[in-house]
Amino acid sequence: MTTPPKDGNAPLAIELKGISKAFGPVQANKNISIQVARGSIHGIIGENGAGKSTLMSILYGFYKADSGEIHIGGNKTEIPDSQAAISAGIGMVFQHFKLVQNFTVLENIILGAEDGPMLRPSLARARSVLKKLSDEYELNVDPDALVEDLSVGHQQRVEILKALYREADILILDEPTGVLTPAEADHLFRILEGLRKEGKTIILITHKLREIMEITDTVSVMRRGEMTATVKTSETSPEELAELMVGRKVLLRVDKKPAHPGGNVLEIENLRYVDSAGVERLKGISLNVRAGEIVGIAGVSGNGQSELLEVLGGYADAKGTIRMNGQEIDLTGKHSDGQSRRARGIAHVPEDRHHEGLILPYTAWENTVFGYHRDPEIQKGLLMDNAKIKEEAAAKMERFDVRPPNPNLAAANFSGGNQQKIVLAREIEKSPDLLLVGQPTRGVDIGAIEFIHQQIVRLRDEGKAILLVSVELDEIMSLSDRIAVMFDGQIMGERLPEETDQTELGLLMAGVTDTNKSEPEKADA
Amino acid sequence: MDLDTLIQIGGSTIRLSTPLLLACLAGLFSERSGVIDIGLEGKMLIAAFFSAAFAFSTGSVWIGMLAGIAASMALSGLHGLASITFRGNQLISGVALNFLASGVTVLIAQVWFGQGGRTPSLMQGGRFEPITLPFAEALRGVPVLGPIYADMISGHSFLVYVALLAVPLTWWTLYRTRFGLRLRAVGEAPEAVDTAGVSVTGLRYSSLVITGVLCGLAGAYLATGLQAGFVREMSAGRGYIALAALIFAKWRPWYALFACLLFGFLQALSLRPDVVESVVSTTIPVQVMDALPYILTVVILAGFVGKAIPPRAGGEPYVKER
Repeated sequence: MTTPPKDGNAPLAIELKGISKAFGPVQANKNISIQVARGSIHGIIGENGAGKSTLMSILYGFYKADSGEIHIGGNKTEIPDSQAAISAGIGMVFQHFKLVQNFTVLENIILGAEDGPMLRPSLARARSVLKKLSDEYELNVDPDALVEDLSVGHQQRVEILKALYREADILILDEPTGVLTPAEADHLFRILEGLRKEGKTIILITHKLREIMEITDTVSVMRRGEMTATVKTSETSPEELAELMVGRKVLLRVDKKPAHPGGNVLEIENLRYVDSAGVERLKGISLNVRAGEIVGIAGVSGNGQSELLEVLGGYADAKGTIRMNGQEIDLTGKHSDGQSRRARGIAHVPEDRHHEGLILPYTAWENTVFGYHRDPEIQKGLLMDNAKIKEEAAAKMERFDVRPPNPNLAAANFSGGNQQKIVLAREIEKSPDLLLVGQPTRGVDIGAIEFIHQQIVRLRDEGKAILLVSVELDEIMSLSDRIAVMFDGQIMGERLPEETDQTELGLLMAGVTDTNKSEPEKADA
Repeated sequence: MDLDTLIQIGGSTIRLSTPLLLACLAGLFSERSGVIDIGLEGKMLIAAFFSAAFAFSTGSVWIGMLAGIAASMALSGLHGLASITFRGNQLISGVALNFLASGVTVLIAQVWFGQGGRTPSLMQGGRFEPITLPFAEALRGVPVLGPIYADMISGHSFLVYVALLAVPLTWWTLYRTRFGLRLRAVGEAPEAVDTAGVSVTGLRYSSLVITGVLCGLAGAYLATGLQAGFVREMSAGRGYIALAALIFAKWRPWYALFACLLFGFLQALSLRPDVVESVVSTTIPVQVMDALPYILTVVILAGFVGKAIPPRAGGEPYVKER
C-alpha cells in the first residue's frame, strides 16, 4: 500500500511489472504489466494459448518468470513455489480441481495447512472456521461429505473454501464456469460478489465474454503472450473485447438463414444404453433430426450426451431403435461399428479430438483419411495411394483454412482450432447425410469458432442433417434450429431457440421441468 | 484334534505371518504414497542376507538387524531414485531390484563365506530368542485362555511383537497424523498436495524410508528369527504374497493383519499335513498343501474377492502441470 495507485483511489492488490516467460522458442508471456485494484473483480480474457494460464502459474509459483517483478499489496514479492504464493495471500481455484476425491471436505481443506502434527485439533478448528466462512459467503457444503460424492459446483466451493481457509486475500479462478450449470454459475457469481464486498480481490480468467461483461470491474485482454489492453468493463463491449482478443473484427453471432427442414434423416426411438460399470446412461431417448436442420443437444457434461454420440457413432452397443433414412440400424453385433455407420452416411466429429478424432503423433494427411482409408479411390493395388491422399489433404486443408497448411506436420503440432478443422474437413468433405458433432469448439479460439460454425451451417444449407452436442449454451442457442435438453440420460424437453432463453434451458439442464416456478437455488442444492 | 494342536498351529501361524505382515505394511506405506513396490521381495532377501551375515560376524543379532535395515533402505533409495526422481517405470524398477537382490546376495555370500551362497548357521546371540510375556507361566493354569496365552501368544521373538504393534501404529500414523493425511493424499491426488504447497517428492521419499525399514525387519526376521541363517532365495515369494495380501487388504492396516494371518495360517497348515488329513479324512499330497498360499494368491489377484481400488496415483510418476 506504499505504492500510490495510478488512478489515485483504490490501493493495489497485485501489480505485475514486465513479466516475461519463454518455453524454448515459444514466448508465452511478453513483458506483461498489470495492476489489479484491491477489492475488485478483474477479468483476464484471451484465446487458448494466449498466455493467461502461464501468467497465473507464475503468480502461483508453478513457474518462475524469466524477468519482471511481482508486487503484492505494494511490496515486491518473490514467489518461488506454491507455499510462497499461499503465504502471500494468493489462493487459486484451478479449472481442474486439485481435490483428493476420497477425502472428506474437511480433510481436503486442512491438507497442507494443518495446525500441527496431529490431525484432530486441526480438524476441529477447520470445522468451526468452515462454518463461519459458509455463513459469511453462502458457501454451504457438508464438511463430512466425501468430495467424490459432491456435485461439481460443490467441489468448486470446496476449492474456494480451501483458499479462504488459508486466508487468501487474492483469489484467482481459472475458467470457473466451464463445468457449471447456468444456475450454479449464477450462484458462483453471487459468492464472488460477496467476497468482493468483504474486500477480497478476485482475478477471473475466462474466455467467455458474457461472464466478463456480467461480473468484472476491469478486464485485461491477452493475445499471443502480450497484454493488449486493460479497460474498465463498463466502458467496453463484447465486440470490442473480441476484436482485442483476436486482433480483427469477429462475428459473434452466427450468420444463418432460417432452416428449411425436409424429411426425417435420423429417427431415434426409446434408446437405452448401460455402460460397463452397469450404470444406465441413456434412459429411453427419442429424437429425430430432419434434413437441412441443426438439432442441438444442451446439457451439463456427463448427462448422457457423450454416450448418445458413442451409440450413434457405432462404438457402444445399445437397445432401442435407430433409423437412418427410414432403414433400421444394427445397434449390436458385428454390423454395429464406426465403419458400418459411415457406410450408412453418418459422419462423426467426436467430442474428444485428442483421443477419438485424431491420432496425434500421426501426420495431418494421415489423419485426413482415418475411417475412410478403405475407400477404393485412394487405393493403388494392394497399397494406399499416399501421393494422392497427400495431394487431397493439402487441398482440404486449404479449403478449411488449416494453419499451417502443411500436410506433413504431425497432428499434435497444430493448435486446438486447427486440429478441429482437420477433423471437420475429413468428415464434412465426405458429404454425409448426417453429421454428429460433439463439442465442436471446445478449446478452440474465437477466430476458429467463427469458421467452424460457418462450415456447420453451410453443410446444413446443403440439406444435410446435423446433430450437435455442446455444453456451451451460447453455441447451442446460436447454432441450433431446434434444441433438445438432456439431463440424467433423458431428454427433458425440446425448445425452439427463438422461443426460449438461457434461464429456461438452464433449469431443464438441471432437471427442473416445471419451468413456471423458477428456483435456481433449488436446482443446484 | 485337540487344543494343543490348535495352539501349535496358531503359534506357527503367528510366526509365519510376521514376515508377511512386515512386508505388507512396508508395501502399504509405499503404495499409499503412490509408488508401486514390487521389490518387497528383493528388499526382504537382501535384508535377510545382511542381517545373517552381520549377526554371524559380530555375534550380535541387533547389529545384524541394523545391517539388514540398512541394506533394505539402500534398495528402497534406489527404487526412489529410479521412480520418483527420474520418473522411471515403477514396476520395472521393482523387478530389477528383485533380480539384483537375488544375484547379489548369493554372490557376496559365496565370496564372504564360501559355503555355496549361504551363511553359516547362527548360534546363540546371533538369533532372536523367544520372549516370554509377563505372567505366561502364572496364567497357564487358566483353562483354554491360559495355554493360548502362554503357548500361542507368548514365546515368540522380539520382531513378532514389533510386527503386531506396527499394525495399530500404522493405522494411527495414517489416520491420526498430519504425515498420514499427506501420505494418503499424495497417493490419491499428488497435484492436490503440490498445490497445497507440500513437496510430493519429499513425501514419497519419506514413505520409502519407512518401507525400507519395515522390509529390513521382515528380512532380518526371516534369517535371524524364523530360521538360523541365510540360504539363497529364502524369501521364497513372500514379498509377492505380501503384495497380494496388500491388495486383499485394500491397502488398510487392520485388514492387512487379517490377510497376512490368513496366508500365514495356510503356510502353517502346509507344515502339518497330518492335521489337515485328519480333518478332511483323505490324503492330500504335500505339494498341494505347499502350493496353497500361492494358489490363494492367484485367486485373490484374479479379483475373486471383490473390487479393490488401489491408490489412484499409484504407479504414475508425478509431473507438475500448469
